[in-house]
Amino acid sequence: MKADSLKNSFSILNSTINDNKLVYFDNAATTQKHQSVVDEITKFYLEENSNIHRGAHYLSQLSTNKFEETRGAIKSFINANHNHEIIFTKGTTESINLLSSCYSKILKAGDEIIVSEMEHHSNMVPWQMCCEESGAKLKIIPINNNGELELDKFEKIISEKTKLVAITHVSNSLGTINPVKKIIDLTHKHKAKILIDGAQAAAHIKIDVQNLDADYYCFSAHKLYGPTGVGVLYGKEDLLNMLPPYQGGGEMIQEVTLSKTTYACLPHKFEAGTPNIAGVIAFKKAIEFINETTVEKIHEHEDFLLKHATKKMQEIEGLKIIGTSNNKSAIISFVVDGVHHYDLGIILDKMGIAIRTGHHCTQPVMQKFEIPGTSRISFAYYNTIEEIDLFCNCLLKAIKMLS
Amino acid sequence: MRSIQEIENEIIEEFSFFDNWIDKYDYLIGLGKSLEKIDESLKTKDNVIAGCQSQVWLHAKKNEQLIEYVADSDAIMTKGIIALLIRVLSNQNAKNIIDAKLDFIQKIGLDEQLSQTRANGLKSMIKQMKIYALAFNKI
Repeated sequence: MKADSLKNSFSILNSTINDNKLVYFDNAATTQKHQSVVDEITKFYLEENSNIHRGAHYLSQLSTNKFEETRGAIKSFINANHNHEIIFTKGTTESINLLSSCYSKILKAGDEIIVSEMEHHSNMVPWQMCCEESGAKLKIIPINNNGELELDKFEKIISEKTKLVAITHVSNSLGTINPVKKIIDLTHKHKAKILIDGAQAAAHIKIDVQNLDADYYCFSAHKLYGPTGVGVLYGKEDLLNMLPPYQGGGEMIQEVTLSKTTYACLPHKFEAGTPNIAGVIAFKKAIEFINETTVEKIHEHEDFLLKHATKKMQEIEGLKIIGTSNNKSAIISFVVDGVHHYDLGIILDKMGIAIRTGHHCTQPVMQKFEIPGTSRISFAYYNTIEEIDLFCNCLLKAIKMLS
Repeated sequence: MRSIQEIENEIIEEFSFFDNWIDKYDYLIGLGKSLEKIDESLKTKDNVIAGCQSQVWLHAKKNEQLIEYVADSDAIMTKGIIALLIRVLSNQNAKNIIDAKLDFIQKIGLDEQLSQTRANGLKSMIKQMKIYALAFNKI
């Protein structure tokens, strides 16, 4: 099968950890980087390094062009209308903070923001801060016992006071794929705007922001086989034009005098300072890998892994999966009777298996299920059925040791 | 009373019999399981040690000149480590606890088993035990 050639493109997967072959099941935290991404970063620093925009010389032109080519590639990847609707940030967290900081200047007492109980802290805390600063009120969509949004409750709390809804596309701790199209339509019925946090979605589900009619959409390169330190905030042109600037500095100005500054147009208005140029340029290689593979094929393979793993894990006595929606991405969170996730993580690590343990930056989800944390496995395109079988054997051994 | 160093040496000798991680971890898990239960009323917020990945509660009291520790954790491996620390430091006098270098942790290879965040948790635990000793030393 393709597994061997794929593993040559991700050479870290051939490593040995604690005398065992690495099984990397922590892809929801970050995926491994495709060889073409690594090569591009090296090439940039060896042959092309220069600061972008406004440079008169050859190298600056070259790096500027390549930087802007990535913007174009992302515009196509998510089917945005314009290149300048793609804002580069350092990650999803910064994308959300950019937006929340802008909204804290626009919103006022009496306005409302809606998030959900399943949000990652990075799509929860910025909105709590935004509310503190602006006087707006934060409302929460609860989740049910399967880890799905209770949409009937959403319909009850959304009103003409709602100015912004911020919802994750896929839950990082439960795996639930939210019906974002439906949520977006409902939001627009009430004339509110909506941000979709696509950190866990963009590498797994086809994103079409125009078809979804999302007002804002964000994700990180490092969860899409790309480098860390690069993120994207998509926003509709008219909305981004309306927002005040985020950080002040170079690049984002049109004219500066000692008394007043006018701001640059999109996207530069939101891109103050020198960005992660090498990272952005290399991100294009990751997008190309996904495009060549196709998101559909990635989704199909990961879904196959998810179903196989879920079935095998359900057979393990005392194991309970947290997040049991019928519509899930390749993330499985679980708890085992009488076994602490921390102990499980250490023992599996000794067996060469990388998993994540803890609250996964979603403490309200843990509170809802009344657990201190979970063990979480999450798949990428390069993972295999054989790895899942090996994992299940190791998991059984670890549980036996610990109970 | 046996000295801290004598107890440390004894632990180093016990661990020298293990030539693979499974046996070492099994032993730690066993120690964790046999750690004396603490009174539930001591599992307060004040007794929680900050900086550990799992929850750890530590309490100490002074008996005559000796300091006695009790502790618990919701993770069994952590409990095993706690059991070792209690075995070494409990029922010693404050000054010896404050001065203890606790080389055994490195000598039994425990530090290299732990990731940075977990090693920091262990450091927090030792620090808190020494803080109790410092406080009792002044009384």
